[in-house]
Amino acid sequence: MKNLFKSIQKAVIGDHSHEKAGLLDVIPTIENGYDPIVSFKNVQIGYKRGNVERVIIQGLNLDIMRGEIFGLVGESGSGKTTVGRSLIRVTNVSKGEILYNGVRISGKISRTLSREVKKKIQMIFQDPSASLNDRANVDYIVSEGLRAFHLYEDETDRLEKVEEMMRRVGLRPEHLKRYPHEFSGGQRQRIGIARSMIIKPELIVADEPISALDVSIRAQVLNLIKEFQKESSLTVLFIAHDLSVVKYISDRIGVIYNGKIVELASAERLFEVPLHPYTKSLLSAVPIPDPRVEKVKKVVVYHPQMHQYTHDDEPQLYEVEPGHFVRANSAELAAYKEIVRQGGNK
Amino acid sequence: MQTKEKVLEVRDLSVGFVSHGKKVNVIRNVTMDVYQGETLAIVGESGSGKSVFTKTFTGMLDANGYISGGSILFHGEDLTKKTKHEQWKGIRGKRISTIFQDPMTSLNPLLTIGYQIAEVLMLHHGMNMKEAKEEAVKLLEKVRIPDPRGRMNDYPFQYSGGMRQRVVIAIALACRPEILICDEPTTALDVTVQSQILELIKELQREYKWTTIFITHDLGVVANVADRIAVMYGGQIVEYGTAEDIFYTPQHPYTWALLSSLPQLGTKNEPLTYIKGNPPSFVNEIIGDAFAIRNDYAMRIDHVQDPPMFKISDTHYAKTWLLDPRAPKVEKPKIIQNLRERMKQAAVELKREVGE
Repeated sequence: MKNLFKSIQKAVIGDHSHEKAGLLDVIPTIENGYDPIVSFKNVQIGYKRGNVERVIIQGLNLDIMRGEIFGLVGESGSGKTTVGRSLIRVTNVSKGEILYNGVRISGKISRTLSREVKKKIQMIFQDPSASLNDRANVDYIVSEGLRAFHLYEDETDRLEKVEEMMRRVGLRPEHLKRYPHEFSGGQRQRIGIARSMIIKPELIVADEPISALDVSIRAQVLNLIKEFQKESSLTVLFIAHDLSVVKYISDRIGVIYNGKIVELASAERLFEVPLHPYTKSLLSAVPIPDPRVEKVKKVVVYHPQMHQYTHDDEPQLYEVEPGHFVRANSAELAAYKEIVRQGGNK
Repeated sequence: MQTKEKVLEVRDLSVGFVSHGKKVNVIRNVTMDVYQGETLAIVGESGSGKSVFTKTFTGMLDANGYISGGSILFHGEDLTKKTKHEQWKGIRGKRISTIFQDPMTSLNPLLTIGYQIAEVLMLHHGMNMKEAKEEAVKLLEKVRIPDPRGRMNDYPFQYSGGMRQRVVIAIALACRPEILICDEPTTALDVTVQSQILELIKELQREYKWTTIFITHDLGVVANVADRIAVMYGGQIVEYGTAEDIFYTPQHPYTWALLSSLPQLGTKNEPLTYIKGNPPSFVNEIIGDAFAIRNDYAMRIDHVQDPPMFKISDTHYAKTWLLDPRAPKVEKPKIIQNLRERMKQAAVELKREVGE
């Protein structure tokens, strides 16, 4: 909480003050240090085929705090990418609303607001070779955001900003004239990060930014995201399928299964006291680089049928301890509370 | 493993490619034995030559690639001497099979799953369509596809990524191969599915007693499956040994770097260590140790002369000048020094049991 508080202070006193106040700028109201940058309020997202809607995300209630790295973990098809895409308004929300600094950004919004959303929320994609324009050089790719939002005074200023950002992500200004295919996967991902970061967004949606990269390069990209978060009080929604990666980088972790959050806690707590069987299954799959541990590993497979939910006892997301939520029915909730009381399951 | 029969003996193998009218050496004098029934993992970054190396076992080099020296003995037969398609019949796909990374591209999207498995059975075992289809159902059952009979007539796009990889394994299984090459079989999959596929490969291996050659860039994955590990860099094997040799007492600076960049072993709020620079491009001739320019422990000799393989134990070899008796004693990086503790800590955090 202390950290959160600090970053807000900076946001108020710091470099934002001279800018013209936009629709999405922070009006600091800090109550008990609870300061979400994004709130999903009972959000439902589905894809329509004809008149039939297939619901992907159901009743999502989630707050992402200012300045944190929020890890969203789930398997393919769980809807984790859809959540990220709804934030940048690529996917429409069919019910509920998404608030950004208290302002609704889902559904029909004004053009000015839509433009501001684009400026404040940026995305880093999974596949760095597919998300960069083959036919544009790096200079063009990185400065596209600056041009779109007129964030530079003149040509020298623009070049300075781009070169500064290139150095920041560990590339050389000479690279600006080159094309994406001339770079390795890790370098391309860093170009993708530079492109997103140059317009100084407040929130980054990083959708599996390291899954397509070699392990030796993953560390560089993770370090870079972490540095940006620390220095410019950036908020990151980090989407991944691998808990070990998310644990390293996140402050809080949400586990999503079949479009519903099944467990949400601080990174430490989720690993100390995992409650939901699906979380346990994910944890059991994390590969540990130790042959003696791995050779006796038992993978827990999660079957959703194991819950035996009935209609009069529907599962809900409950808070079992401060900040630790789990999806359960009343019988499970009692059991989970007991586990927490005993200080975690062995 | 001591007196095990060798199924593959690779001696001084070199592979070249012609690119832009220039010859480049991509595999440089690799010597390696593969023993009957073991799982050998080949680990390296993209561009280290690990895929090219194993492609020579089935004669699947790209058109501009050629074997420029050395030999590969498979049951006494030299595979490098085979040049024509007919000569590979009965070996490629049948006795040595490969599972590739992306199951979507290795299956034909226009044919049903059932037909694609049956096709292999008809070709290699001379079955008729009816027998082959029956056998295909059994194979799908073996790789744990639920309701195999019902899903025989589905097309690849109707299967999920993990299921498609299971189908590819079933096809490989149909031939009863002696050697199964798994080329990054789980890279495109989720961790949960990944661990299930690895488990499946291990189980089937126990039953069919084949030899697995496992290619990956992720050292974390191979701890589970590998008996022995070979680390590849710049077209050479730089260190090899049993899984315990490599994980518990790594000797080569490149192996150190690979291990220490694993996020599982990272400590929160400390930057992860990573390998600087890029893997060598083969366009210019490599002088000395290929890893020297990225190596924090490089000595002057590393830039001049390629180190030989040094023997550490009967099972463990590494190719670095640091093992030369004349080399100064270096302090291993901190993360490697307390690697065991970090591993244990990672295991404890995930509440895993630690084996003996």
